[in-house]
Amino acid sequence: MRPGQLAFLSTAFSVVVLFSAGITTPPAHAVQEPLKFESSSQESRYKALIAELRCLVCQNQNLADSNADLARDLRLLTHNMILSGSSDTEIVQFMVSRYGDFVLYRPPFKPSTALLWLAPLIFLTVGCFVLFRIFRNRKNISASNVPPTQRAKVRKLMRDDHST
Amino acid sequence: MIAELGLLALIIAFCTAVVLGIVPLYGSIQRHSICIAVARPAAWVQLVFVAIAYGCLTYAFLDNDFSVSYVANNSNSKLPLLYKISGVWGAHEGSLLLWVLILSGWTGAVTIFSRTVPEDMIAKVLGILGLVSVGFLSFILFTSNPFARQFPPVTEGRDLNPLLQDPGLAIHPPMLYLGYVGFSVVFAFAIAALITGRLDMAWARWSRPWTTTAWSFLTLGIALGSWWAYYELGWGGWWFWDPVENASFMPWLMGTALIHSLAATEKRGVFKAWTVLLAVFAFSLSLLGTFLVRSGVLTSVHAFASDPERGLFILIFLMIVVGGSLTLYAWRAPGIRSVPGFNPVSRESALLINNVLLVTTTATVLLGTLYPLVIDTLGLGKISVGPPYFNTIFIPLTVPLVIAMGFGALCRWKKDTFARLRSDLGILLLASLIAGGIWPLAMNHYSFAAASAGTLGCWAIFTAVRGLWIRATPGRRWRGLVQTPRAYWGMTLAHSGIGIFVIGVAFTTIYSMEKDLSMAPGDRISVGLYEYQFDGVQNLTGPNYVAQTGTVIVSRDGRIMARLSPQRRRYLVQQMPMTEAGIQAGFWGDFYVSLGERLDDSGRWAVRINYKAFIRWIWLGALLMAAGGLLAATDRRYRTVVRTPTPEAAPQTTPALAG
Repeated sequence: MRPGQLAFLSTAFSVVVLFSAGITTPPAHAVQEPLKFESSSQESRYKALIAELRCLVCQNQNLADSNADLARDLRLLTHNMILSGSSDTEIVQFMVSRYGDFVLYRPPFKPSTALLWLAPLIFLTVGCFVLFRIFRNRKNISASNVPPTQRAKVRKLMRDDHST
Repeated sequence: MIAELGLLALIIAFCTAVVLGIVPLYGSIQRHSICIAVARPAAWVQLVFVAIAYGCLTYAFLDNDFSVSYVANNSNSKLPLLYKISGVWGAHEGSLLLWVLILSGWTGAVTIFSRTVPEDMIAKVLGILGLVSVGFLSFILFTSNPFARQFPPVTEGRDLNPLLQDPGLAIHPPMLYLGYVGFSVVFAFAIAALITGRLDMAWARWSRPWTTTAWSFLTLGIALGSWWAYYELGWGGWWFWDPVENASFMPWLMGTALIHSLAATEKRGVFKAWTVLLAVFAFSLSLLGTFLVRSGVLTSVHAFASDPERGLFILIFLMIVVGGSLTLYAWRAPGIRSVPGFNPVSRESALLINNVLLVTTTATVLLGTLYPLVIDTLGLGKISVGPPYFNTIFIPLTVPLVIAMGFGALCRWKKDTFARLRSDLGILLLASLIAGGIWPLAMNHYSFAAASAGTLGCWAIFTAVRGLWIRATPGRRWRGLVQTPRAYWGMTLAHSGIGIFVIGVAFTTIYSMEKDLSMAPGDRISVGLYEYQFDGVQNLTGPNYVAQTGTVIVSRDGRIMARLSPQRRRYLVQQMPMTEAGIQAGFWGDFYVSLGERLDDSGRWAVRINYKAFIRWIWLGALLMAAGGLLAATDRRYRTVVRTPTPEAAPQTTPALAG
């Protein structure tokens, strides 16, 4: 077992223990707990991750915005995993394995979500196709595209109309 | 007694709506003039009785009548007066009553402001609005009676949801509903035109001011909601792609498409069938919005109500409206012809591109909002569709929209050429590139994203202003500007608003700063250019809450810029904790501080310090859009339409009178 994995597992384990103990959990935060990072890239990764992960017990909030205990615990978990060297993918995979796709605000691309991701492209393609058709048809109406024989006919009709 | 009176008034209003929904429509089809004449008085009777019902509910709130269960659930004797008034629409039943009140108000407005429309057309429009009222009034009477008593009565109410105890949210629903419901008038005009088969330019002209007015209110309502979320939810976000927000955003997008399509229909007689369809969709999406929020199918920050019976009612109502309209449309559409041709380079084309992009965006927002529900219902699992998805799709669709907007503002109707536009567009593009490119140099770090957004925003503003300048007659421009119709000024304002909004969104995202800290009294910290000093926390007692107020002093080079008082409140009845951010608004950015939890006994607190760059530009942009819309709706040509001169009106300017 690599040291990174070991650190990851021990962190995950300690967090699980922390959850089940319950007593050590302080009350909810309106503002996030101040956290320390080793580098600013870690901090920006942390912020990006907690913005895209959903708080599971809230109505519709991400981890960053939520006051719930669970959200705070998951924030701390994310923080610990980042410090222990887990990559973003590992953290996301861990969250999904625990809570399912529901935890992701950016739905993964798979058969059941293919329509969700592809539909905008389909809508736009159809729209552009219709647009193209309209441009072509509307141009045909203008006089320059009327065949010469018909134009002559029109001219004759109009002359007749004037003479009467 | 008052509650029963309110219910009685509501029943009378319902009966009137039934009459209004049947008699004038019958009369206009059978050419029966007495039946047609019923329309206006019936509309007024309905308005009066709905207003009485609404007044009774307000009275019950002011009177602390806790035997009415709606009042008991949403008020409290200690609730401040303003929130007793706004508490009327604080939950499901009352907000529906407000819906119907506003619908009746719009119906009444049609009788006043549509003097130029033929009487049989008005009869149809009022009749259709009556039918919509029947739907909503029966919804209230059969599923959501706000006047229901409870037994035994309670002595004290359970208080209004603390989230709603705020002036911003007090006026948010009425604004939003004015917009939502306003689209019902446009819908009624569209259906009336479909019934008669007369989809002409006159119909487009009648519909335009209503559409623009409704859209402006919707814009204001959405902006208010966003502003409220910003300062009340305590973490400084302004848009969350929450399903309930999307519910109001979809009619807005569709309404925007409709405004532009109507412009082409009125001016050039094109896109008639399409415009009707958009009018139907805009109203259907308003209904869908009501359904999504009120049925409880969504569980989100805003959705308070959950009752499947009610959801089913609205769903059936929605199906009747959409199904009925589309059937009528399918019957009439083949007969609609939009003959005039136009070039690919023309204002018509720009408006078409606008419509394709806006409708695609609306469809995507609709898909993203409903997809999790559908997937869940089909048993394919639970997924979340949130801001990362919407932003990914939304931005690529709106950037070309803003680019096309610039072209559209400068293009001529029917036929234009790139050769004519080239020099103008070239100069404006160059100016936008320079302005957008230089702007981020003034910020604390250079960002190419900010430069691009700055260019895009400047493009929108510059093209809008240039369009106005060209429109004013050459030679005597300043006088020309005064003579330019209000509609054109309105367009210029609204388009500039889009530009300001774009810049605001991008710069807020890129240049805002945020820090979570633990601070003891007297601690100072530098964030960006500013120093923040924490001066401890004091206790405070409000009318129906207790609070802890922190003091944070912001300074720059020793000069005090702001004194902020972030609060944590606990509302006594519902025992709900709330955060009130300490905000000092500024044109270039807001200081925004929220107070967290007490961390230890030495007076150390968790404090979040934010600097929200350019955040006001977002709402400033929205305000400009709404103002532009309202200005355009009051354009003279909607008021002065050819009227058959009456004998009394004719001799107004006789020499005798002048002498």
